[in-house]
Amino acid sequence: MSSNWFVSMAYFIAAVVFILGLKAMSSPVTARRGIVWAGFAMIGATVVTFFMPGLHNVGLIVTAIVLGGGVAWWSGKTVKMTDMPQMVAIYNGMGGGAAAAIAGVELVRGAAHDGITSTLMALGAIIGAVAFSGSCVAFAKLQGIMKKAIRLPAQNNVNFFLALATFGVGLTVSYSAQPSGFEVFIFFVLALALGTVLVMPIGGADMPVVISLLNAFTGLAVGFEGFVLGNPALIVAGIVVGASGTLLTQLMAKAMNRPIKNIIFAPLTGAAAEGEGE
Amino acid sequence: MEGFAALYIFMLAAFAGYEVISRVPVILHTPLMSGSNFVHGVVLIGAMVALGHADPEDPVQLVIGFFAVFLGAANAAGGYIVTERMLAMFKPGERKEGGAK
Repeated sequence: MSSNWFVSMAYFIAAVVFILGLKAMSSPVTARRGIVWAGFAMIGATVVTFFMPGLHNVGLIVTAIVLGGGVAWWSGKTVKMTDMPQMVAIYNGMGGGAAAAIAGVELVRGAAHDGITSTLMALGAIIGAVAFSGSCVAFAKLQGIMKKAIRLPAQNNVNFFLALATFGVGLTVSYSAQPSGFEVFIFFVLALALGTVLVMPIGGADMPVVISLLNAFTGLAVGFEGFVLGNPALIVAGIVVGASGTLLTQLMAKAMNRPIKNIIFAPLTGAAAEGEGE
Repeated sequence: MEGFAALYIFMLAAFAGYEVISRVPVILHTPLMSGSNFVHGVVLIGAMVALGHADPEDPVQLVIGFFAVFLGAANAAGGYIVTERMLAMFKPGERKEGGAK
């Protein structure tokens, strides 16, 4: 399998360059170089994927890349500099959505997976979907579409039971040999609702930290789906982003003098006296 | 891939991610967030593989797969252009960042 070797080698190089690129991006002197390197690695990895043996639906793939890439490129190019944070949010959400959709394809395909893989697939799908809907809410808030912080009654109970239901359905779906389309659909509706409900009560000023956290989420989801697909490049890039994103979230929260707990569970402490006990 | 080999990759990658950005100055927080947002755009590759292995006879798989590739491509392209625009403001030779070396 010489072409397989070629693909794997290219993925390996891309993974190394991604890490070096991130490293370069954490210093102002080399930051610009870092993103350009990473960009070339991404193009290389994408092109090489077409040489993967047994790849069908190439026409659809190309169409989707041109459409998705084109829309994003155009919108990123034309957006005002001050509107950047919400653009980061929406692109990040799309990555999460992509990770969730990968899990969706694998679920509907009913590809036989062992226990660990099924669990990671479900987790990746949930985290990815949460990142997707959460980022959409974050985008709406920063863009001024959604002005108020909407707080449900008994917000944390809702969060808790919704999360429980999502995990329950997710694991059931991913462990069953051939889940019906309807079950998969319900699973994704629950996961998307969870992301929406989690981010809705958080105020606009805290959004950068939330976006950073959702960014780390997406990284994690990508890493998990990389495991499902048996693709080490996805695992490495995803988990590196997951870890660095978590650290970055902490740093940002610290710079704002706001502990992360207070931001994410703001409704908890914010809801007057009833907070702590629940 | 062996389960445990993947577990080791997870662990090492997590440490690498943590170390790689451990000394980042505050002004770079947002660009770096955007940069790592671009890096997880590698999900595009996974989406291509998923769509590429979907059953061409099953429209449900094709639609979800198409959606995955579309979103992945948007993540990669948008993440790149936004990060590049932010970092273009850090032209070499600016002098404020004395402490970052």
